[in-house]
Amino acid sequence: MSEVIKEKSMLLQKEMIAKNYDAITSKHETGRKVSSTFVPGNLNELLMCFGIVNNLPEINAIQNGMRKVSGNYIMEAEKHGHSEDVCTYVKADIGMMGKGNIAPNGKPFPDPDVLLLSYTGCYTFMKWFELLREQYKCPTLMLHVPYEGDGHSTKNMRDYIVKQLKEVIIPGLEQVSGVKFDIDRLREYLKNSAKAEDGLVWCLEQGKIKPSPIDAYFGGVYYIGPMFTAFRGTPESIVYYDELMKEVQARIDNKQGPVTPDGTPFNDQKYRLVVEGPPNWTNFREFWKMFYDEGAVVVASSYTKVGGMYDLGFRHDPDNPLESLADYCLGCYTNRNLPTRVDILAKYVEEYEADGLLINSIKSCNSFSAGQLMIMKEVEKRTGKPGAFVESDLVDPRYFSAANIKNRLESYFQMIEQKRRGTGKAA
Amino acid sequence: MSSTAEITARCQALFEDLNFSAARAWKAKAPGRKVIGFLPVYVPLEMIHAAGCLPLGIFGGGDQMEVIHGDAYYQSYICRIPRSTIELGVTGRLDFVDGMIFPFVCDVIRNLSGIWKMMFPNVWSKFFDTPQNFDPSIGGTYYVQELQELREGLETLTGRKISDDDIRRSIKLYNENRRLVREVYAFRAREPWRAPTSEVYLLMRAGLMMEVEEHNQMLRDYLDAAAREDRPKRDNVRVAIYGSFCEQPPLNLIKSVEMAGCYVVEDDYALVNRFLTEDVPTDGDPLEALALAYLKYSVETSCKYVPKEEDKGRFHVEAVRKCGAEGVIYATPSFCDPALLDRPMITHRLADAGIPYIAFKYAENSGQMQPIREQAGTFADSLKLWS
Ligand code: SF4
Ligand code: SF4
Repeated sequence: MSEVIKEKSMLLQKEMIAKNYDAITSKHETGRKVSSTFVPGNLNELLMCFGIVNNLPEINAIQNGMRKVSGNYIMEAEKHGHSEDVCTYVKADIGMMGKGNIAPNGKPFPDPDVLLLSYTGCYTFMKWFELLREQYKCPTLMLHVPYEGDGHSTKNMRDYIVKQLKEVIIPGLEQVSGVKFDIDRLREYLKNSAKAEDGLVWCLEQGKIKPSPIDAYFGGVYYIGPMFTAFRGTPESIVYYDELMKEVQARIDNKQGPVTPDGTPFNDQKYRLVVEGPPNWTNFREFWKMFYDEGAVVVASSYTKVGGMYDLGFRHDPDNPLESLADYCLGCYTNRNLPTRVDILAKYVEEYEADGLLINSIKSCNSFSAGQLMIMKEVEKRTGKPGAFVESDLVDPRYFSAANIKNRLESYFQMIEQKRRGTGKAA
Repeated sequence: MSSTAEITARCQALFEDLNFSAARAWKAKAPGRKVIGFLPVYVPLEMIHAAGCLPLGIFGGGDQMEVIHGDAYYQSYICRIPRSTIELGVTGRLDFVDGMIFPFVCDVIRNLSGIWKMMFPNVWSKFFDTPQNFDPSIGGTYYVQELQELREGLETLTGRKISDDDIRRSIKLYNENRRLVREVYAFRAREPWRAPTSEVYLLMRAGLMMEVEEHNQMLRDYLDAAAREDRPKRDNVRVAIYGSFCEQPPLNLIKSVEMAGCYVVEDDYALVNRFLTEDVPTDGDPLEALALAYLKYSVETSCKYVPKEEDKGRFHVEAVRKCGAEGVIYATPSFCDPALLDRPMITHRLADAGIPYIAFKYAENSGQMQPIREQAGTFADSLKLWS
C-alpha cells in the first residue's frame, strides 16, 4: 500500500507530534517534567501552566497499533499475568515497558514525573494508573469526575471537581514542577483553546454538506488530534485548525469529498453514516478502505467527542477557568449516560441526514461497548433508519476479522438500499 | 430453636426464588410499601430503610435461570451479571420493584443504569457515584450532598419525608447487622467446620432480601445453632477468596471449593454488608456519619481508588493474616475488568507477603465444576505440603 497522501494540516500535526515526543524523551537534557494523562478529561492547559510536558499513554497505544507493534506488547503483558479479558490499551502500554519502552522517535520514554489520573468516563483509567504507579512509584494525582448518571451534571459534581483542582491537582503539580500556579496564564491558554475549538466544530459540522467534505471518523481521528492531545491551548493548535478549515473550505468549493489514503478525493458518496465507538487501529487503513470502496462516508461520529463535546456548545472559558475545566471533564462523551448518548446519536443521524448508525463495538472497552446493542435499537427506533453492528478491537490484531466486518458492511449497505427503495427515495 | 440446617434451608429457598415472592409478600402487606432494588457492590442501605422501603439485593440470575433476552443486549465479551439482570427485568420478575439503585462499580453497571432508564422509564432509578477522593472536606462534602440527593429521590418516590432520626434509627439497625455479620465471619474463621461457607454465603445473600431486623435475628439464631451443633472437623486448609465482589459464583462453585479441601475463612462475596468495617456513629448529622464511615472505614476493593501505592493490597494481606488463611484463591468473573485489572497488583502484594495464591475465572452460570475442584484441590495439597 502506498504512503498516505498528506495534506498540509496533516504535515503540521505530524510535526507537532514529533516535537512533543522529542520534548518527552529529552526531559533529562532539558530538565522539563513529564506527566502521563488521558484523553477524556485531559487538562492540557493546566499542565502547560507548570511547563509540564504531556504524554498520553492512549495515544502511544494508538501509535503502536498503527505501527503494528501493539500485538507483541499485548502478548508480553499477558505473559506477565495480565488477563486476556481486559482493555488492550493498558496491556499495550505495560507490554511496551517490558520491551524497553521505546517512543515512536526511537528514543526511550523517560519515567513520568507525575501521573495525572483524570478519571473521566472510563473505569479502566483508575486501574491503569494504579498499575503504572506500581511500576514508576511516582506521585499520582486523582481527579475524580463523577458520571452524569441522571443525564446532567449537578452543582455538587462541579464544586467537587473544582475543589479537587484547587486542593489536590494544582498543589500537586506545583510540587512536581516547582512552578507557582498563575491563573492568568491559564486564562491565556484557555482563550487559545476556545478559538481552536471553534475551528474544530466548524470542520466537523461540514459533514452536513453533500458530498461531505470530511470523513468524520477515519478523517476525524486526525482532525481531533491536536485538540485532544498535547496541544489544546497552544498557539500551534490555532494555526492547525485554521489550516484544516482552509482545506475543508477548498473541498466544499470544489464539491469534493475527503482525501482517502489512496490520495484521491472521495466524491462518489453513496452512503452517509454516523459511527459510534472507537476505530480499530491495527488495520486502520484496511478498515477505512472497506468504507470508501463501497461509497460510504462517515458524516458524524461519537469517537471524535471523547475528548470533549464542543459541538454541543461547550467552550473553555477564560473567565471561569477552573469551572470550565470541570465542565469540560463532565461533558466528555463517555461520561454521559446511555439515554443521552442515544439522544446525541439520533440527533446526528437526523441533522447530518445519515442513512443510519453503524457501531464498531470494541472488545476492550466496556465504557463504550456495554449497552451498545441497546443504543443501536433505540436509535433505529427513533430515526427509522437501519443500524448495524461490527466488532473489533483497538490495538489487538487478534480481534480484527476483515472478512466478517466486510460481510457485515456489505449486508448493511444492501439494507440501506432496500430501505431507500421501500421509501421510494433514489440512491 | 432452629438448627443451622433449618436456617440454611430457609435462606436457600429465598436465594433460589427468582420471583422474589418474599419481597412481593412484604410489599403486599401494607399499602404504599415500596421495594428498592440495588446492585453490587455498595449502597448505604440505611437510606432505603429509613425511607420505609425494603432494600432488595439484585445479584444477577445465578445458574438456575435461563437467559434468553439478556444475551441480545450484550456482546459475548461482557460479563454475565448485566444480561441476567436484564433478563430478570424483561421477564417481569422485578415488576414489583419501585426503584433501582446502580452504585458505581464499573462501566458495565454504570451503563446498565442507563439501559434501565430506557427500558423501564416508570421505575425510579439512580446511579450512585461514591467518591474516589477520601478527604472529608473534599470527597466527604461531595458525598454528603450525594446522600442528600438520594434522600430527596427516595422522598419523592415514597411521598414522605425522611428525618435525621429515621436515618439514625436505620444506622443503628445496620450497625447491629454489621456487628452480627462480623461475628459470623469471625466464628467461621475460628471454627470453619461449624459454619461452612456454603451456609454462611446463603445466610448473607438471604439477608439482602429481607428486613434488616429479621436478618439480625436470623444471624443470632445461626450463631447460637452453629455453636450448639457438633460437626466433624476435616483436615482442610484455610483459604481466603477475593475477586468475587460483583457477579457471584454459582453456589456449586462455593461448595466445590470446600469439597476440594479448603475451608474458606474470608471472602468478598456480596460485600455490601461488610463494606463498612466499623460502626457508623448515631449522634450528629447522619449523612455526615455515613459519609465519614465510607471514607475512613471501608474495605479495599476494586471499585475504590487506593490513594497511596504503599497501601495497595494491604487490606487483603492484613485480612488474610487476621483470619489465619494459609492461601488466597483469586476467583473472578470472566470479563470482569475491575477484578482482573486489580489481580496482578493484589497478587504481587500477596507474593511479597509470602502468601500463596491461585487464580481462576468463573461465570455465574458456570456448570463445569471439575476443573475448579481440581485446581482448588491441588492448591489445598500444596498448602499442606508447604505448611
Ligand atoms: S476501556 Fe475504553 S475508554 Fe477505557 S482506556 Fe480502554 S479503550 Fe479507553
Ligand atoms: S462482574 Fe465485574 S465487569 Fe461485570 S459488572 Fe460486575 S464489576 Fe463490572
